[in-house]
Amino acid sequence: MSEIIKVGMADLKTCVSPDGVTTLGLGSCVGIAIRDPQTKIGGLAHIMLPDSTAMRNGQANIAKFADTGIVELVRQMEKLGAMRKRMVAKIAGGATMFPFQGQGNVNVGQVGDRNVEATKAKLKELNIPIIAQDTGANYGRTVIFYPETGDYLIRAVGRSETII
Amino acid sequence: MGGMSLEQVTETYYDVLKELGNIGAGNAMTALSQMLQCKVDMKVPQVKLLEFSEVGEMMGGEELIMVGVFLGVEGDITGSMMFMVEEHTARHLIQKITMGMLPEGNEFEEMGLSAMKEVGNIITGAYLNSLSTLTNLKIFPTPPALTVDMAGAILSVPAIQFGIFGDKILLIQSQFHDEIQLDGYFILIPDMESYAKILTSLGLPVV
Repeated sequence: MSEIIKVGMADLKTCVSPDGVTTLGLGSCVGIAIRDPQTKIGGLAHIMLPDSTAMRNGQANIAKFADTGIVELVRQMEKLGAMRKRMVAKIAGGATMFPFQGQGNVNVGQVGDRNVEATKAKLKELNIPIIAQDTGANYGRTVIFYPETGDYLIRAVGRSETII
Repeated sequence: MGGMSLEQVTETYYDVLKELGNIGAGNAMTALSQMLQCKVDMKVPQVKLLEFSEVGEMMGGEELIMVGVFLGVEGDITGSMMFMVEEHTARHLIQKITMGMLPEGNEFEEMGLSAMKEVGNIITGAYLNSLSTLTNLKIFPTPPALTVDMAGAILSVPAIQFGIFGDKILLIQSQFHDEIQLDGYFILIPDMESYAKILTSLGLPVV
């Protein structure tokens, strides 16, 4: 029996087909699904913030950031036998849940967009193409990724389920 | 001062927020009771410091549909605040506020949501008022925004702000009941700079 492995907020997990990976209720965070189609090794990172280097303190949780999270996910997949040059990515999330999100010094209003941008920049740097995406807008998403087919299933409240 | 680690700083921070949260939630429930013109009983609020991954489950699952009212905080301190209730709690509150003018099941139409926004406004206003009184700081809420969505998605907003300085989120769970059992959650998120102001105003050392 195949298993669907759960990824929490600021967390990442790898899996091998027929298993899948899921993360529930993505808001402004981004769910980055990566797959090596040959070995059918896959992984999912649920990042919260764009950039670890912009933080004033040393941060231990590398899965929290787009830059460090993607690198770590790729590293773990390579350890399982996946090859970077074969990897492809699909991304979802990065919503703006409220028309404004925070005021004053820490304006995170555009954090969803910035998470998406940082994700794209890091994947480009690693030469991993993004073959599908469902990002932005103002609603939450639950995602399930199947490395067997590369299907990235997206569920949202009051919307029909889509596969990208 | 120099010998304090980041962990200790964060601990002090959470302790202060915890105390403020307790008092704020009490005031908020008094305001709710006045608004509903009925007695609202409240249990002692539970203040919880949780890992990001634990929050959704604590509330009943990341995919549980909830209503989130979110507003900015301005004045002497800056930051934001969130008030969240479960779908059934929101529907119940909307029915009470609109005095049964909406057919059952239609609570999340425009009028109902606008009523819910007003509930959120009054509750968070009372919460911030008590914070203002305790700290002697001027605190003004900005007009609220509301969304109905999965708990995890709504929570991502405060979680991201907490994520800037740590790996945990502090929330205040407030259980109250009029005719039915209702669950509400408060999340106050002052900016780091405002944290120093709150500490100073309470006579605590700023690290």
